[in-house]
Amino acid sequence: MSRIGVFVCHCGHNIAGTVDVKAVVEQLQRNGDVVFAIDYKYMCSDPGQQLIRESIAKYQLDGVVVAACSPAMHESTFRRTVEIAGLNGYRCESANIREQVSWVHQQDKVAATQKAVEIAESIVEKVKRNEALEPLVLPLTHRTLVIGGGIAGMQAALDIAEAGYPVILIERQDHLGGRMAELSGSYLNFQAAPDLLERKTQQVLTHPNIQTLLNAEVTSLSGYVGNFRVQVKQKADAAESPVMPLDELQPLSFTFDVGAIVVATGWQPYDRARLPEYGGVEIPDVVDGLTFEKMLRQGDGIRRPSDGKLAREVVFVQCAGSRDPEHGVSYCSKVCCMYVAKQAMLYKERVPDGQAYVFYIDIRSAGKNYDEYVQRAMIDYGVLYLRGKVSRIFREGGQTVVWGSDTLTGRAVEIAADLVVLATPMFPSSGSIELGQLLHISTDGYGFFNEAHPKLRPVETLTAGIYLAGVAQGPKDIPESVSQASGAAAKVLQLFSKNEMTASPLVASVIEELCAACGACVKVCPYGARQIHPIWNYATVNAALCQGCGACVVACPNKASQVRNWRVEQVLGMVDKLL
Amino acid sequence: MAIPYFPGCTLSTKANGYDRSGRAVAQALGLEFQELDEWQCCGATFPLATDNAMALIAPTRLLRQAQEAGGQVTTLCAVCFHVLRRTQNFLQGHPDALERINWFTEEPYLGNVRVTHFLELLRDQLTWENLRAKVAQPLKGLRVAPYYGCLLLRPQSEICLDDPDDPHILHDCLAALGCEVITFPYQSECCGSYLAVNKPEVPQQLAQDILASAQRHGAQAIVTACPLCQYNLDYPQQSVSGWALKPLPVLYFTQLMAVALGLPGEVWGMEEHIVDPLPLFAPYGATVA
Repeated sequence: MSRIGVFVCHCGHNIAGTVDVKAVVEQLQRNGDVVFAIDYKYMCSDPGQQLIRESIAKYQLDGVVVAACSPAMHESTFRRTVEIAGLNGYRCESANIREQVSWVHQQDKVAATQKAVEIAESIVEKVKRNEALEPLVLPLTHRTLVIGGGIAGMQAALDIAEAGYPVILIERQDHLGGRMAELSGSYLNFQAAPDLLERKTQQVLTHPNIQTLLNAEVTSLSGYVGNFRVQVKQKADAAESPVMPLDELQPLSFTFDVGAIVVATGWQPYDRARLPEYGGVEIPDVVDGLTFEKMLRQGDGIRRPSDGKLAREVVFVQCAGSRDPEHGVSYCSKVCCMYVAKQAMLYKERVPDGQAYVFYIDIRSAGKNYDEYVQRAMIDYGVLYLRGKVSRIFREGGQTVVWGSDTLTGRAVEIAADLVVLATPMFPSSGSIELGQLLHISTDGYGFFNEAHPKLRPVETLTAGIYLAGVAQGPKDIPESVSQASGAAAKVLQLFSKNEMTASPLVASVIEELCAACGACVKVCPYGARQIHPIWNYATVNAALCQGCGACVVACPNKASQVRNWRVEQVLGMVDKLL
Repeated sequence: MAIPYFPGCTLSTKANGYDRSGRAVAQALGLEFQELDEWQCCGATFPLATDNAMALIAPTRLLRQAQEAGGQVTTLCAVCFHVLRRTQNFLQGHPDALERINWFTEEPYLGNVRVTHFLELLRDQLTWENLRAKVAQPLKGLRVAPYYGCLLLRPQSEICLDDPDDPHILHDCLAALGCEVITFPYQSECCGSYLAVNKPEVPQQLAQDILASAQRHGAQAIVTACPLCQYNLDYPQQSVSGWALKPLPVLYFTQLMAVALGLPGEVWGMEEHIVDPLPLFAPYGATVA
């Protein structure tokens, strides 16, 4: 006979308002396996937990059933409580009489009470046969793979390397720096982006804990958090790379074991061919913001690409393709209001008697000192801001004509421009969706990687051990990318703070003598946790991958597959009790 | 195979030349039109009040006629096309509205008619290659500017004929006839539409801008698929003096097709035009006589 204690929670009126908790206690006291049953107002409260702990000692309980809310809510709370009292946590279970009883049967209190009794008794049957389990201990590789050598990837790599852990940084291009290397200056102080980058790049390249692979891409990933295995292919022209001198021109394939992965694959400019109303890519004097950055980096004057004449009238078009669900992307690219202000001011410094116009929907300059910066462009630099959208851009008589509206005066505006700069949205790097499939992390409709939670877990993905940094997750500027990269690095270091990982022991196991090696479980396992052992010829379980879903139990014709503490005789015992 | 055809009011009166040339061209291409047995005005505008099913009774009755005629209907008039296609879309998404209209008209419309513009049939059913093969008199070197206007293309999500910002269906058609096709910035701007009735100065100004731009880009003629655009661009050229431009003929695409396919002059239907287009065709030896 077991010595099980049953603790029935009122949850204020949540349960007690519908279920007759006293009657439940009385019924359970008649159960031969139950030596003690009691009800209490809030079992999860400190006094409630104390009641459980004291009862375990007083009645020498060897199992505990808490008839309360869903196990998703407080199972871990009560397991911790019984452990303090010296009982194995897996000898404690929740009987859900709130979500499954009181909340859904408020109209029929008698039936609700009966159902609460039956559920509690069935859980007693289960607990009676529960094994006392210990958490699984899994090895942990203290090495990180960072994908993408832009500012975000470099920052994450440096933070992790500085903490003393090895990092492999792979970059698809033949140089580090990413898109930031293409910028002329950065807001708010116009400091030249290449100078800012140079120091970071040198730090990365000379850091003893960072191994940099240029011209390299991930080709496959297996394993799980703490124990990933990645294959990386390096292109043949990597022989040119100063970092990894290679003496053969074959693509090289490397395999690394890593414990964590940071995805920092950045962005690319939106394809202007998708904006035919702005001339697509046909008009030479219409450029996008990134191209204008290159123009700012060349020499003094800003010249028209078509004929090299000085550009005296320059029109900047904000939200060119962004915030436009019909023609472009629906999201706000976030950085454009700021970089357009910067570009317009830099233009005015190069061509002081030139005129810069900015068409905008509204100015989004949320950030420390950001709006002051835009005001400088308007007031100190005389940039003419026009509130309205541009409807069409076309070529006429050697000029580029811009049609727009000024919604403050209510008039249509036509400007014969020398140069038009389209602030096109940041768009996910090519291959993002494919990389997401390879890493088993999800992307949104555009190809930005999805964070695990939009507010509370913004640097994690739903795949444990894979983290996000920079624009790969969504448009952001340099300071935000750097912040997120440091956040991702902190998450990696949090993982690495332990020597080993622990995992739930509630996983499948195989009774070897019963296994016929038919492979049915291998086929149904959604997590790839099963295989037939090549020598011993029975099914094995990778406990780190197994999520305890039980698909193998159903598939196994011999009942050789069992999930710990959900064994067949336990479930049948519960069913018998209910019937 | 005869195709159910809805001419609409304007093509029966003011834009008779569009109708005549269109029918002749369709016949020559083996896409012969079969006029609906009974028809009335389409309503001429698509009502945007979604709770007023009464305004959709006229176009629904036409769709019902098309249902009787075999389940499809084609039009030449861009306005009729616009109204019928949007009505069809609306009724498919609002079975309750359809039910109310059917209750009122007592002529059940089942909701499945396919509405097409003739240009769509040319593109999808005949194909431009086949059209090119049937051209008897290629209009080589004739510089024409397609003018799409609004209603033929917009709203794109409902009309689904072509990209309003980068259209090419008329371009492709005219290129198949051998013309030199010119793209100009006003090609899908508004002509002023019905403001011609109560504020004629608006379409007059717009016409001036549109015609001047087409001429700057080297056009010898403007080509449209809409009788209202044709009227708004052609008609003011008789009365307005002091325009800084030469007269510019405004043609329907079917009229150019009639010439290029070598059809007789009596089906060209160019008698009513304000700016006489006939001199354009003299170099090709094509005359009405």
